[in-house]
Formats: sequence, structure tokens, C-alpha cells
Amino acid sequence: MADSYKIIDHAYDAVVVGAGGSGLRATMGIAETGLKTACITKVFPTRSHTVAAQGGIAAALGNMGPDHWTWHMYDTVKGSDWLGDQDAIEYLCREAPAAVYELEHFGVPFSRTNEGKIYQRPFGGMTQNMGEGPAAQRTCAAADRTGHAMLHALYQQSLKHDADFYIEYFAIDLIMVDGECRGVIAINMEDGSIHRFRSHSVVLATGGYGRCYFSATSAHTSTGDGGGMVLRAGLALQDMEFVQFHPTGIYGAGVLITEGARGEGGYLTNSEGERFMERYAPSAKDLASRDVVSRSMAMEIREGRGVGKEGDHIFLHLDHIDPKILHERLPGISETSKVFAGVDVTRQPIPVVPTTHYNMGGIPTNYWGEVVTLKDGNPDAVVLGLYAVGEAACVSVHGANRLGSNSLIDLVVFGRAAGLRIGSTVKPMTALPPLPKDSADFALSRLDNVRHSKGGSPVAAVRLAMQKTMQGNCSVFRTQEILDEGIRKIDAVYQQMADIGISDRSLVFNTDLVEALELDNMIGQAVVTMHSAANRTESRGAHMREDHPSRDDENWLKHTLSWFRDGGVKLDTRPVHTHTMTDEIAYIKPKARVY
Amino acid sequence: MAEFSLPANSKISDKGKSYPAPAGASRTKTFRIYRWSPDDGQNPRYDSYTIDLDDCGPMVLDALIKIKGEIDPTLTFRRSCREGICGSCSMNIDGTNTLACTLAIEDVKGDVKITPLPHMQVVKDLVPDMTHFYAQYASIKPWLQTVTPAPAMKERVQSPQDREKLDGLYECILCACCSTSCPSYWWNSDRFLGPAILLQAYRWLADSRDEMTGERLDQLEDPFRLYRCHTIMNCANVCPKGLNPAKAIAEIKKMMVSRSV
Ligand SMILES: Cc1cc2nc3c(=O)[nH]c(=O)nc-3n(C[C@H](O)[C@H](O)[C@H](O)COP(=O)(O)OP(=O)(O)OC[C@H]3O[C@@H](n4cnc5c(N)ncnc54)[C@H](O)[C@@H]3O)c2cc1C
Ligand code: SF4
Ligand code: SF4
Ligand code: FES
Repeated sequence: MADSYKIIDHAYDAVVVGAGGSGLRATMGIAETGLKTACITKVFPTRSHTVAAQGGIAAALGNMGPDHWTWHMYDTVKGSDWLGDQDAIEYLCREAPAAVYELEHFGVPFSRTNEGKIYQRPFGGMTQNMGEGPAAQRTCAAADRTGHAMLHALYQQSLKHDADFYIEYFAIDLIMVDGECRGVIAINMEDGSIHRFRSHSVVLATGGYGRCYFSATSAHTSTGDGGGMVLRAGLALQDMEFVQFHPTGIYGAGVLITEGARGEGGYLTNSEGERFMERYAPSAKDLASRDVVSRSMAMEIREGRGVGKEGDHIFLHLDHIDPKILHERLPGISETSKVFAGVDVTRQPIPVVPTTHYNMGGIPTNYWGEVVTLKDGNPDAVVLGLYAVGEAACVSVHGANRLGSNSLIDLVVFGRAAGLRIGSTVKPMTALPPLPKDSADFALSRLDNVRHSKGGSPVAAVRLAMQKTMQGNCSVFRTQEILDEGIRKIDAVYQQMADIGISDRSLVFNTDLVEALELDNMIGQAVVTMHSAANRTESRGAHMREDHPSRDDENWLKHTLSWFRDGGVKLDTRPVHTHTMTDEIAYIKPKARVY
Repeated sequence: MAEFSLPANSKISDKGKSYPAPAGASRTKTFRIYRWSPDDGQNPRYDSYTIDLDDCGPMVLDALIKIKGEIDPTLTFRRSCREGICGSCSMNIDGTNTLACTLAIEDVKGDVKITPLPHMQVVKDLVPDMTHFYAQYASIKPWLQTVTPAPAMKERVQSPQDREKLDGLYECILCACCSTSCPSYWWNSDRFLGPAILLQAYRWLADSRDEMTGERLDQLEDPFRLYRCHTIMNCANVCPKGLNPAKAIAEIKKMMVSRSV
């Protein structure tokens, strides 16, 4: 097999796959320790999905009022509906302020307070005094283009570092030997050449798999490639049933309107002009956490109080906010609303609907970014040589529901942590163990199959069937019946993969081929997401089961693990960590979650 | 007579394919798209695709995705965010460089003619080679440079007024629409930095936190890097983010003048 492709070999101490916020921060950190580092990315770094993040990055700086990292921790635990691992959450919230100052020192053009400090805005679920209130202004913002500001600054910094970038290289599969990761196989999109990156450590920073759904706020490139590689390596993914629906995707286009819009005073209304969130979340109202707001909106629509011709969406009002403030703090969404909804936000409401936004689930790791798995009864067994960070990973700090602005901070905190860990475990340029001769065969036979596939199903058709199934059967409201039907449907879509056919046989920039490989990565994750959702018979965070409306801590305070092999799914669980990292804060015990 | 030979991919062949509208389509639009692959030894051509707008999203990118998905999967272009923030989908549409994802099909009268960004090497179809553009970006050291050490566990202070000076600069998405519409850049791109990169150069000159103003200006003090801009203004007219590189370039020139007196 490998014979028919010429392979170009590379040797590195560390290889990072992905150049979004998490991948770039990991790359820089590793390079700083003097290790020979490569970063492989399928798009030019500043085109990564992180560039689209709008609202901000959470850290208890206290620039706008009292704040403390323990308060941030409490909110994150509560937001996660207690499914988050509290040792990891402590690490995140403690490290957050230093990480934001670091970004500022890198040159991120944060908006400023009158004293010249970083401007922070309110975001959903962020409060003072361990949930007692009032709302905390914790989300550090560069207008409503925080992700853009941050990703460009990280890329600019990376230009200073001694790391090799392989841009528009598509990683196909991991090289796994005896359960350890030894590198990765990638294709150079520009000329179709195959590259074998041998390495002591591989960091997956490939982002989320939002594009499994029909309507998603995320980029076309958010296809969860890292998760696909991990499943094929025979490892498990974690908590895949937890998919976040953002309350305010623009109706039709799916493009996001940041929660920062509500942070700056925006509110939602139904067809009766009622500010209905006051009914569902009397104290936090429009700034309740995302799962709560999305569900309330879906409820209003279902009960016939949606707006528009079909009564199938909701209005978001910013028209009462001073146009000067809109111009200064929300310029991007003013522009976006104009382009994608034809709305002038100073005068008209924006039509919005809950839209797939973020994957809480992903590749299970500890708070050093090391991938873990359940092995011989040990739920924290480390997979040597393999790391995951960013949205691709499930550390788990977001548990069953991520708070807005907690992802960007997750990217840099854990990107840095993985770098530190690799720096302390790998010695520069120690010899790489020899690889078995067939180390590239697995990846190349897959590639070859897809490249010469002649079946009757075009990639776009199978992708659409998958997206429609996930949208219809694994959405905001779930029941056993809907999910069981979803399992039948998504398993059938998986069967269709055998009949895939691509048309472009060229080796140069073959996006038909790349999209087929991406679909192959997505479909496995779609299948395990559906199966995991059907299996969890409780409601927690973003996973809302109408037939099991309450949280069931007795049976379900645990992480779902899912494996996927030849179309078959295996499920198991891992305990949630019920300890913190240090003695400075005690484990926060589960209680009822009201906003 | 001087031999004058054009590169292989600059002679357009007239053998483009044409894909008719689906039966029953009432609101149709034709997209004439530049096609070229280095693989097949053929000259470039224009393929025509007629699609039903009632069965397509509103933006030009929606049409490209529809054509790729349903008619011709070999059609090749870059895209990612589909909301005008990643800068992947820049191309020339109806004679103007812009982003396919934020240009409404409705806003193009008649057939929609699409070519890659002009005067760039083409990798395939609508995908230009951006290597040189990125290298020029790196050459201006586009990162915060200071002598004063950063304060520990604190931000560098910047007043809202100083921060405002970065508005209209930091939002650049490196799409290259401006540079590839600049005649000076077409003919001197080996040495002239072009509007996009100069806008970024000014972004750091304008940042109150940056302490390398002198060095940065020294770097630009060159008959080509900066001074090939003749204020033709194409750059400001095309920028899909509404930025004004020409103005930034004028500001740099002003800084040059004021430091020499
Ligand atoms: C519209 C929108 C707005 C958001 N706003 C906020 C916000 O305000 N605050 C917040 O905290 N969070 C926000 N989020 C969430 C946050 O932006 C994402 O979770 C985060 O950016 C993910 O970053 P990442 O580093 O994990 O991956 P990404 O930025 O998705 O990058 C993935 C990288 O992996 C590379 N890659 C993937 N597959 C391969 C492969 N096979 N081979 C090679 N390279 C590959 C890609 O090229 C890319 O560089 C928002 C999300 C959306 C959709
Ligand atoms: S103003 Fe200067 S940079 Fe802009 S298009 Fe004209 S010559 Fe080029
Ligand atoms: S200035 Fe405008 S046109 Fe030029 S690269 Fe930046 S965003 Fe694109
Ligand atoms: S797809 Fe990102 S700018 Fe068009």
C-alpha cells in the first residue's frame, strides 16, 4: 500500500495538529522549551475557527467590580451542571487572569476602561459571591471581535518562535504503536504529497465538530478531525451527548450574535412582545446560562409564541441601546446583522433561533492535556504521547454546559498546560523509537480508498443526510423515541459511507477528497453522539430529556465514554472527579441549578 | 521582435463546460467560473453553471457550495467561516475583489463571473498562492515590540482614546483583496509591500504600547516598500471590511515627514 505513495519523513519532539487559539498557544509554549516543534494546520492559522469568536474571554481580573477566581470556579461548576471535573476547573479559573494578561502583553487590542484597564462585560451565568449575585463583569473583550484579536496576536507571536508551520496540510491519522502515539500522517494539500511526522508527542487541537449539524454557528472547517482520528485509533470520546445550542444564531443563516449583545443590555421577545425570560429565569433573565435560554426559546416557539411567518423564531432587541455604545462595543454584530438578516440593529430586532454552537464533549484529558482512557479499571490511564486541547478536548471543564467566554480561556490555559507538560517530559532531540514498517498503511489505505472511491453517493449528499438527522433527532428537546429513531437513521447514514464516490482525482488542492475525509471524521462522532444521548436517561445541562426531566445524580453523575468500531458503538462511563486541585477551595457539592 | 510568452495558464481556452438549469427552475442565475488545474495540462477555461436561486442560500459562497455539492465536486475554492471574518474566500467577483461569503448574489447584475484574485499565481481554480503575501506580512514584524518589561500580573495601561486609534486597523482579515487590486502591487509586488501589509505596519505604529516606532519606520524608509503607493485608492474601495489602507499609508508617510524635520 504505502509503496504507491512516496512518503516524506520528518522527525520532531512535538507535533501540534491545529493552529486555532489552543494549537497556537501549545505550539509557542513547546517551542519555548527548546523542543523541536511542528504545527500542522489545514487552513492558514488566522483562518481557524477561533477567529470568529466574538464576545470575550473570561477571567476574574476584577477590573469592573469585585471578583475572585473562586467565584468564577463556582459559576463554571454550576454552569457545567456538576459534570465538570473540579480539579480541572480550579486549574482553569486560577490560571485565567495570568493567561489574559499574557494575551494583553502579546498585543491583543482589548477594549479599555476609563482607567486604561481591560474592559470586561457581563456574560451569562457569571456572578459574584459564589452564585449569590449580583452579575459579575468578567468577560474581557476586544469589542465583539475578541477571537479575531486573540488569534491574530497568537499567530503574530508564533512568527517570533522557532516552530515549523505546515500550512494547508491535512492530518489523516495518528500513528499508534502498542497503544502509544508516535506521530501523525498528513497530506500536503498543495501538491498531494504524503508526510510522516514522527514525534514523541502529538497534540490534537483540531476544534469542535459543529458541522455534524445542519445549522451551526461554527465554520465549515469545524469537522472534528481530531475526534475522528481518536475513534479510529480505538480510543474513546467523552460526553458526546452534550452539544450546546446557542440562543442567538441568526434565523436562516446560522451566523452567531454574541451573548455579549445580551451582556450589553439586549433582550429577547416572543410574538406577544413579552420579555419571556423573566418567567423562566426570574433573577438572571436574558443572562441565564445558554442551555436555559435556548430551552426557553424553544418552548415559546413550540407553544405558538414564535415570531415570523412560520412562527419559528424569536426576536433579539438591541434597538433600545444607545447607538454610540453599539458602535463602540458591538460593531461586528451590527455589520453581521445587516449582511445576514438585512436588519439595522439600531431600529429593528434581529430574528434569532437556538443554533448548534459548541461541543462540550471530546477527547478525554486530564488538566495537563494528556489524553486519558479507561484501562484495566483505571479511568485516568494516560495514553502515552497523545495530548488534546481546545474544543477538541474534554478536560472536562465545561461538563454538561459551557458558559460563554469560557472556551477562549480554556484554549490558552490548557494550550499552555500541555506545552509545560511536554516540556517537562520530553528531552530535546532524544532519539525517536523506530517505527514498524507499516506505520503509514492505515492512513494511506483509507486515503487511497477515498481517493479512488466510485460509489453513487456524493460527499455532499451523505453529509446533508447526517446533518439533517442530527438536527432533527439530537437537538434541544430529546426523548427516547426521537433518539432511538435517530440511532436507526444515523446508523443508516453511516452505512451509506460505503457507497461514497468522489469526482476529483487530482492530487493538487483536492477539496473533494478533503471533504470526504472530513465527513469520515464527522460521521463517527455523529453516531456516538446519538448513541450517548439515547443512553443518558436524565436531563443535565444541554442534554434535555423530556421523558427524564430531572437531573439524576445518583445514577448519572459520571462521564459517558464512547468507542466506535466498524459501525458499532460501545459505551461505558468514567467517574466525575469529586475533588479539587488544592486545599484552597473545597469540592462544590451538587445542588439544584436555578438562575 | 521580442519574444513574449505568457505563462501556460494565462491563455483562456474556449472549451468551457456548460451546466444548464435544472428542469422547472424559475429564478435562475448563471455563474461563469474560472477553472484551471496544473494537473491536466489544459489551458484555463470558464465553466458555466446555471442554478435555481429558489433552492440556494443568498450569498455567492452559498452558490459555490451548492455547485460543488450538487453539480461539480471538482470546483475548488477556499472557505471557512462563511461570515466574513476568516478571509479565506477572497476572489474576484463581477470584476471586483471581495469575499464570496458576504456578497449577496442579488447584488450582481446579470451573470456572475468569478476569477481568482488577480495577479497571483493560481494553485487551482479559485485558489491563489498566498505564500509571498504571508512572507511580506512576517517581514514587518507584526507583533508588539517593547523595551519596557511587561508589568507582572497586570495589563499595560492604554487609554480608551489610544485604543480607538487601532480601530479601522486591527480588524484586517488578511484577505488580500486590497493588495491584489492595487496596480502598483501588481507590477512591483516583489518589493512594494502593498496596502494590506502597510495597513498592518501602521497598526503597530499606531499602538501606544509599541516602543519600536523608529525601527519600524526605518524598515519602511525605502523607495519601494512604502513609496510605490500612488494613492490610486483601489484598496480602500474594495476592502470588504470597510478599512482604508490608503489612509494608513498616508499616515505612515506623514510620520516619515515629521521625523525628518
Ligand atoms: C461564532 C462563534 C463565536 C464564539 N464566541 C466565543 C466567545 O466569545 N468566547 C468564547 O470563549 N468562545 C467562543 N466560541 C467558542 C470558541 O470560539 C471555540 O470553541 C474555539 O475557538 C475553538 O478553538 P480551538 O483552538 O479548539 O480550535 P479551532 O479554532 O476550531 O481550530 C482548529 C484548528 O485545527 C486545524 N485542523 C482541524 N482539523 C485538521 C486536520 N485534519 N489537519 C490539520 N489541521 C486541522 C484547523 O486548521 C484549525 O487551525 C465561539 C464559537 C463560535 C462558533
Ligand atoms: S492607494 Fe496606494 S496602496 Fe491603495 S491601491 Fe492605490 S497605490 Fe495601491
Ligand atoms: S485591509 Fe481589507 S482588503 Fe486588505 S487584507 Fe485587510 S481586510 Fe482584506
Ligand atoms: S469564508 Fe471566511 S471570509 Fe468568507
